[in-house]
Amino acid sequence: MTGTPVLQVDGLAVRYPSRGLRKPPITVIEDVSFEVGQAETVALVGESGSGKTTIGRAVLGLTPVSGGRVLLDGRDITHLTGRARRALSTDIQAIFQNPYGSLNPALPVGRTLAEPLLADSTRARSEVRDHIADLLRRVGLPEDAADRYPAQFSGGQRQRIAIARAVARQPRLIICDEPTSALDVTTQAAALDLLSELQQSLGCAYLFITHDLAVVKEFAARTLVLQHGRIVEEGSSTDVCDRPKHEYTQRLVASAPVPDPVLQRSRRQRRLELEATS
Amino acid sequence: MTATDPLVSVRPRKRANPLAGIWRRPLTAVALAVVLTVTVAVILAPLLAPHPPLAQDLLHARSGPSGSHPLGTDDLGRDVLSRLLYGGRPALLGTAVAVGVYIVLGMTLGILAGYLRGWTDRVIVAVMDVMLSVPIVILMLAVLAIFSQSNVAAMLTLGVLSSAGLARIIRSACIGLREELFVDAAKVSGLGPVRIMARHIFPGLVGQLLVQVCLFSGIALMVQTGLGFLGLATPPPAPSWGGMVGEASQVIQQSPGLLVVTGGLIGLMSLSFGLLGDGLRDLDQDRRRGISAGARKPGRVPIAKETAETPDTAPDTGVLAVRDYSIAFATAQGPRTVVDSVGFTVHPGEIFGLVGESGSGKTVTGLSLLGLLAPGGTVTGGSAWLAGTRITGLPERELQRIRGKEIALVSQEPMVALDPYFTIGSQLGEVVRRTGGVTGGKDAVRQRVRELLTSVHLRDPDDVARRYPHELSGGMVQRVVIAMALAGSPKVLIADEPTTALDVTVQAGILDLLRSLRDERGMAIVLITHDLGVVADVCDRAIVMEKGRIVEEGPVEDIFYRPRHPYTKKLIASTPSIATTEGRIA
Repeated sequence: MTGTPVLQVDGLAVRYPSRGLRKPPITVIEDVSFEVGQAETVALVGESGSGKTTIGRAVLGLTPVSGGRVLLDGRDITHLTGRARRALSTDIQAIFQNPYGSLNPALPVGRTLAEPLLADSTRARSEVRDHIADLLRRVGLPEDAADRYPAQFSGGQRQRIAIARAVARQPRLIICDEPTSALDVTTQAAALDLLSELQQSLGCAYLFITHDLAVVKEFAARTLVLQHGRIVEEGSSTDVCDRPKHEYTQRLVASAPVPDPVLQRSRRQRRLELEATS
Repeated sequence: MTATDPLVSVRPRKRANPLAGIWRRPLTAVALAVVLTVTVAVILAPLLAPHPPLAQDLLHARSGPSGSHPLGTDDLGRDVLSRLLYGGRPALLGTAVAVGVYIVLGMTLGILAGYLRGWTDRVIVAVMDVMLSVPIVILMLAVLAIFSQSNVAAMLTLGVLSSAGLARIIRSACIGLREELFVDAAKVSGLGPVRIMARHIFPGLVGQLLVQVCLFSGIALMVQTGLGFLGLATPPPAPSWGGMVGEASQVIQQSPGLLVVTGGLIGLMSLSFGLLGDGLRDLDQDRRRGISAGARKPGRVPIAKETAETPDTAPDTGVLAVRDYSIAFATAQGPRTVVDSVGFTVHPGEIFGLVGESGSGKTVTGLSLLGLLAPGGTVTGGSAWLAGTRITGLPERELQRIRGKEIALVSQEPMVALDPYFTIGSQLGEVVRRTGGVTGGKDAVRQRVRELLTSVHLRDPDDVARRYPHELSGGMVQRVVIAMALAGSPKVLIADEPTTALDVTVQAGILDLLRSLRDERGMAIVLITHDLGVVADVCDRAIVMEKGRIVEEGPVEDIFYRPRHPYTKKLIASTPSIATTEGRIA
């Protein structure tokens, strides 16, 4: 980490009003603070309902923030709306979990990719076309991909399109919300390789949201473990995975099966002992 | 992953054209032709009409069809065809005005309210409520009292007031669309709300819009001709469809044919609008279901290898034996083989892995053993044997007898397997009565339900039995589904990705349960999965499938420590492990 962090999240809270007049609001995120340095990959790990996706959406401005601050390059962007928020799209981008839902089925891929570039309106159309051809080549898609519709691509290819859209304007930070969990393992490995390759050439930082600790260990430098909307453990991915301190992290680590029958047998034994003692 | 996957993937998607495929629906095509022909003829009236619309020829009054008067003449000897052509102008103009306002106002209000929500939505909905509560006909008459004989003013009023109905439909469709992930993605891309509404929301609404517009066109035409009938929108003697019906009705005794021609045309147009609307709705639904314009109905799959060629005697090992087994799906391009000459044997008390990525044919293989192939799928060769009985090619009734008792299924989506309207206890009780062979009354069934729930390690079985599926967590629901599969004490359990939808901590518990069921009951479990971690955890033996073929088989230790096929090696190398000491990136 060098210089100011790209992203600082400070005491973030997200609450939804609950139904009924007197009932207190439902707290989804409470007092979450972390930083993402330049060109760093930070993983946000948790199970369903832990609030990991909500944090990503709050940073992207898709979910209203009830408390705390979100800073991009030291500048407060927590409550930006309208034009000022849209201007941020050159700095923050996202890759969503479901590559089937995140691309508009009614638009050819080239149009989907061109939209954010044309929204800048400083570029000429021919320039945009060349840029898209270059992007598609970079993410390993055929050149005629721009004229085809999302339904004509496989899940892995669609996720490559989504990645191309995210890196199109060379953002400083990309929120990756379970970008590979809908993919097959071999496709996942290729997508992760592509992400790290792009990180090295573009120098962007990733906030990598996932439920899969095994992916985290191979992909992220630092890891935050989230439970019921709070961060329960934080540290280098190796520390969190190999020497988990919090009871919940220990349970998570112990439950993740490894592709090695003998090792898995001993890990299972350890998990059952852990469960017996708690 | 699902059995229908190979069918979907071969179908390239065309640009969304709401009229694509109309020629497969003759009635819709005819309706469209009628509307277009009449409209064009009316527009070209000055060129097509044989006589001026007001020219009287009293000598030939009320004459029947003749060479110079193809549709005859009316009471004053005016040519009916010419008057119909000219009379269509106020009718269709009025309809067009009403429909135009209806579309513009209804779409705009609907999209704004549905996409922006908040106070914009509240104001628009309030305005719509007011508009819908105004009696339309009375207001139109009031407007006509001010703007005397103004067809446009009257139809404008109709369009404005009716647009609230369209706006409501568009608003609710829009509320659904704005939750789509691609709308979030567009926001993150920095697109403004106007661009998102125009480029991402609008295309998704076109189908519904077309249907509504057709239906409303028919209504608007009826209202316009109604005004004409009353002499309110077009001053006589100028021709109008409604006015002509009025004139014809006065001489109905002398020449009843006149009413048939004039009224018939209005009826035909109105009917055509209605049929067009129905047809477009069906086309829209086809498109959503993915029946593309040029798709032919897939034919039947010929059974390539005569299944009789395979031996008729049961293989003498294993509770489940699959021999030289092939499955094909019918597509428009002909049969497509998705499982190719697969063979394996599962022994009692064994957890057997069917491992592969999406499209490998693992799920299709597993489901076909239960006779649950998706429509279009056929076992084209080989056979499967369950405890010495050949189950391939059994008639459905025989399969029903076996399913649940000899072989059972646990599917990937536990919630889908349960009916949200019934308690766990009543659903489980039904299965027990059907498959469990429980003799005795309610108490015996209840007792058996409790046993089953206990056997899947649910802590408070009586409490679980009283609950509805949505009141339980995902892991608990999957346990209930497993209990259901156990009701008939099957010899073989097919578990299709039973933990894929669950969190890891919950997954570990379900895998423990499968292991203990195997140990306690000596049941054979066929575990269909893509997750090598799960395979390493519970499976004794496994096969690895790629594109419908088996590439590797054996005890899991061999598969993991001595893989022979490059695909298996690639699969193992690609599977991330929390136990590796060095990461890909430091």
